[in-house]
Amino acid sequence: MKASQAIGSEHSSTAPVSIHDMTVAYHRKPVLWDVDFDAPEGKLIGIIGPNGAGKSTMIKAVLDLIPKASGRVSIYGKPYKRQRRLVAYVPQRETVDWDFPVHALDVVTMGRYGQIGWCKPVTRAHKDQAMAALERVGMADYARRQISQLSGGQQQRVFLARALVQEAQIYFMDEPSSGVDAATEKAIITLLQDLRSSNKTVLVVHHDLQTVSDYFDYLILLNMRIVAAGSTRDVFTKENLHKTYGGRLTLLDEAAQAIAR
Amino acid sequence: MRAILNVWGCAGMRKTQNLSTPTRPYFHTPILSLLFLIVVTLFFVPVQAEAEIDSIRSITDTRLQMPTWDQLIRVLTLRDYNTRVVVLGTLFLGSASGVIGTFMFLRKRALVGDAASHAALPGIGLAFIVMASVGGDGKYLPGLLLGAFISGLIGMGFILLIRHFTRLKEDAALGIVLSVFFGLGISILGVIQKMNIGHAAGLESFIYGKTASMLAQDAYLMGGAALVVTLLCGLLFKEFSLLCFDQDFACSQGWPVLFLDTLIMALVVAVTVMGLQAVGLILMVALLIIPPAAARFWTHHLYKMIFISAAIGSASGLLGAALSALVPRLPAGAIIVLITSSIFLMSLVFGPARGVLSRSIEQWTLNRKVASQHLLRAMYEWAEIHKNTQKSDDPLKGMTIRDLFGVRSWSHKQLKRILLRAQRQGMIYRGGDRTYHFTENGEWQSKRVVRNHRLWELYLVTHADIAPSHVDRDADQIEHVLERSMVDKLEKLLLSEHPNIGVIPPSPHDIGSKGLKQRSRK
Repeated sequence: MKASQAIGSEHSSTAPVSIHDMTVAYHRKPVLWDVDFDAPEGKLIGIIGPNGAGKSTMIKAVLDLIPKASGRVSIYGKPYKRQRRLVAYVPQRETVDWDFPVHALDVVTMGRYGQIGWCKPVTRAHKDQAMAALERVGMADYARRQISQLSGGQQQRVFLARALVQEAQIYFMDEPSSGVDAATEKAIITLLQDLRSSNKTVLVVHHDLQTVSDYFDYLILLNMRIVAAGSTRDVFTKENLHKTYGGRLTLLDEAAQAIAR
Repeated sequence: MRAILNVWGCAGMRKTQNLSTPTRPYFHTPILSLLFLIVVTLFFVPVQAEAEIDSIRSITDTRLQMPTWDQLIRVLTLRDYNTRVVVLGTLFLGSASGVIGTFMFLRKRALVGDAASHAALPGIGLAFIVMASVGGDGKYLPGLLLGAFISGLIGMGFILLIRHFTRLKEDAALGIVLSVFFGLGISILGVIQKMNIGHAAGLESFIYGKTASMLAQDAYLMGGAALVVTLLCGLLFKEFSLLCFDQDFACSQGWPVLFLDTLIMALVVAVTVMGLQAVGLILMVALLIIPPAAARFWTHHLYKMIFISAAIGSASGLLGAALSALVPRLPAGAIIVLITSSIFLMSLVFGPARGVLSRSIEQWTLNRKVASQHLLRAMYEWAEIHKNTQKSDDPLKGMTIRDLFGVRSWSHKQLKRILLRAQRQGMIYRGGDRTYHFTENGEWQSKRVVRNHRLWELYLVTHADIAPSHVDRDADQIEHVLERSMVDKLEKLLLSEHPNIGVIPPSPHDIGSKGLKQRSRK
């Protein structure tokens, strides 16, 4: 593949996710500059940064949900298009209409649709897989509930189950612990740690700095560009946090505005 | 162009006036002229109806010809081959639009159908010009519909382009495309009238719809296309529902979101174009939106919603086409819309999933449950106080109505009703001296209610840091809706922290008669 060959020699071709010089722009206004990063395998990776730092944007650009202005991404050395089966995605809970007329089990089954393929119907076996995933997140009792009747935490667990049923190697999760109760957050983190121990790579957008060092063993500190990336012990320092959260870079921001003009 | 709206009605009027004017000079006195007016009015109706039989009807002309009994029977029993085919065709159309409309509705693009139908009009005009100028039959239906389909697709393309290349939102894009294409279509129809090619009269029936003019072969075309659309929706059910629920997730799995979106739009255009002849372009959108909106009141499940929506659509199509065959002066589109909206209203009221009635019944049942639980708790707490203060041997001794009034703020009528109901349910019985006592069942129930209330109060005090004097009212609202699983969790949590609270935990606040009175004043 052309893209995989073109990945710079400094990038390992076996990294689960390797992002090479990626810049992302909304309506020509850059929101993420020159992200260059190799994710290590089998790690629980936290992506932290202030509001508007481009955390969700980074995930979405990696998954081709929004166009990249420049740069390339490879998943185990190949472009994402050819590796979709290896990747699961948990979008932010607010992005969907929870009044949609489906049951929790239906939503989880959607995780299998990619494997089922065009026009083929969902079978009993797929439903069983979905049920097993629901059981794993402790939601088996709610399988036949209409999704609007679930609490925020329960909805989030349904989303997690949908990602689990994808049986991927890499998991991208956009704020799975936002707006959930403490018990759910704990359950989620336990689940993520389970995934890590079976050598999956998990990238999680996270907003609560207090819990960062407990949850993650690898961090990306993001604010319009990568401020620091590395093992939590190395990069979770006062200095880096100050650089990340100490306000937006005024000049970079203005430059972005100028480009958009 | 002769008219889109009102000219034929006026033309008919002019004819009848010509008939009546010569008689006028013979009457001079006011009374006579009044009599004359009455006579003329009596004449007026049949004469004009006759005059209009071969002229084309207008939308504002509302006089109806009631069907004869014979006609009614013929249509209802589908005895005519043509009627039968047209009614069945409209039925298939209704079901197809119900199905694709559901996806449109869930994709929150309900108005795209409206834009699609309006965008089809220029295509009809242009197709007519092309077909007539090459010497063919200008009104060859498949040709006209093909033109409409292409122009509808172009309209959809413009919506996508406007959305993609400008920062305008979808509603603006819809509005622009709808009005521009409709205006263009009207102008083209006007040009056709001037050009004097072919026999252009009747093209306007696409605007309001006219089942009466449909032939069996038109209906076959319509039914066939509707079947194809329904089949495609069945095949792509999984893909469409995923797209409608979570576009980003679908995209991350590699589904071609833009293609699926365009496909849905194309199917909407196809259904719309097929419906132009029967329903007309202005009202076609109703057949796309109202059935799914009504179906949503009946179910929380997408499968069922699609079937119900299809059923509502086909019922409307069937009835609309039949009625329109009976009363040919009524535009079919209008009848179909009226029928769909009556079904919608019925669903709004009677729909079991979220209809007004089922919600009120739920609320009513809850209110009754709450009232009787209030009674049980009031009686239990009253007994509890009197056990403490009067050291009576019988902790649950009889309680009079007056005692109960001191406990909560209920009206006399209300309390009587609640007491009667509780008696009927075997919770309490009436002893001597007009006192009320718990039955065994009632006592058990009351303990459960009080226990839930107290547990919840305890939880609010110890975990949510709410002042003990305030928790009573909060717990009051929550305790009645507590599910079994929540009570279990609550018990597990509190029992681990307070191992010796007993079956009925003590109240965290004063429930002495004073406290009770205070509460009743709230």
